[in-house]
Amino acid sequence: MSETERLSEAGTGDALPELRVTPDAGLTKRYAEASGDPNPIHTDAEFAKSVGLPGVILHGLYSMAQVAKAHTDAAGGDPRALKRLSVQFRGMGFPEQEIVVSATVRETSGGRVVTDTVAAQGENRIIRNAEAELELG
Amino acid sequence: MTVNDAAIGKTWPPASFEVEAARIERYADAVGEGNPVYHDAAAARDAGFRDLVAPPMFCVVYSAPAMGPAIMDPEIGINLGAMVHGGQEFEWGEPVCAGDVITTAVRCREIYERDGRGFYVFESTSTNQDGRETVRGTWTNIVRGV
Repeated sequence: MSETERLSEAGTGDALPELRVTPDAGLTKRYAEASGDPNPIHTDAEFAKSVGLPGVILHGLYSMAQVAKAHTDAAGGDPRALKRLSVQFRGMGFPEQEIVVSATVRETSGGRVVTDTVAAQGENRIIRNAEAELELG
Repeated sequence: MTVNDAAIGKTWPPASFEVEAARIERYADAVGEGNPVYHDAAAARDAGFRDLVAPPMFCVVYSAPAMGPAIMDPEIGINLGAMVHGGQEFEWGEPVCAGDVITTAVRCREIYERDGRGFYVFESTSTNQDGRETVRGTWTNIVRGV
């Protein structure tokens, strides 16, 4: 059974396949260059400490990209399947700690699937109240 | 109320971004998207796309030239040193492919204060060279201690 078939048969309360990723120490620099976000709180540990952070923190939009990927992966890798994604950034995310994206089906109707999603590093929920809408082709 | 909400409704001149295949690949690599449709134009065409396709969240790359001036506008008055990204929503339309030219317009939707924090909400609308909407974004920035 393909990912898309499995997802199309999912019902309320079912979990999508979990996404787990551990950003390495160099990730924030690569993401900063790829995305064009120059804020040094993500790339310069001394600067981050000077503004009261424990060290460099992940870009929120990098973490959001992992939530997006968990959904397109669940839809067989089709970027067209993801119609909407809304997130709230809360706890700070850090490099070299595993991110776990957990999505649960809230409702389905006519090929559309809406999920409730959390992204966490251990007990630290870095994205919460995320809501995604998938449309299965 | 100590936040200045006079700029609610302000718009900025639209900004355009030419989508190069190399930018899509670099972004896909950074976020760990290994799907061949983001790395191989032939694979993308086989999957029904016009050319190498961008992951949905690539919208943050092509929206940036329009979002930067809005967030940094002195009339909005965000204290950038105390700003955190509080929330984000995207609604996607037409997929974005290499060779597209995406134009993004931004409007300040809301400015308000809650619990001593300032909330600055911007809306962006991006369209491709054929006038088709690719994404609509709602960007919420929070400033501590306003």
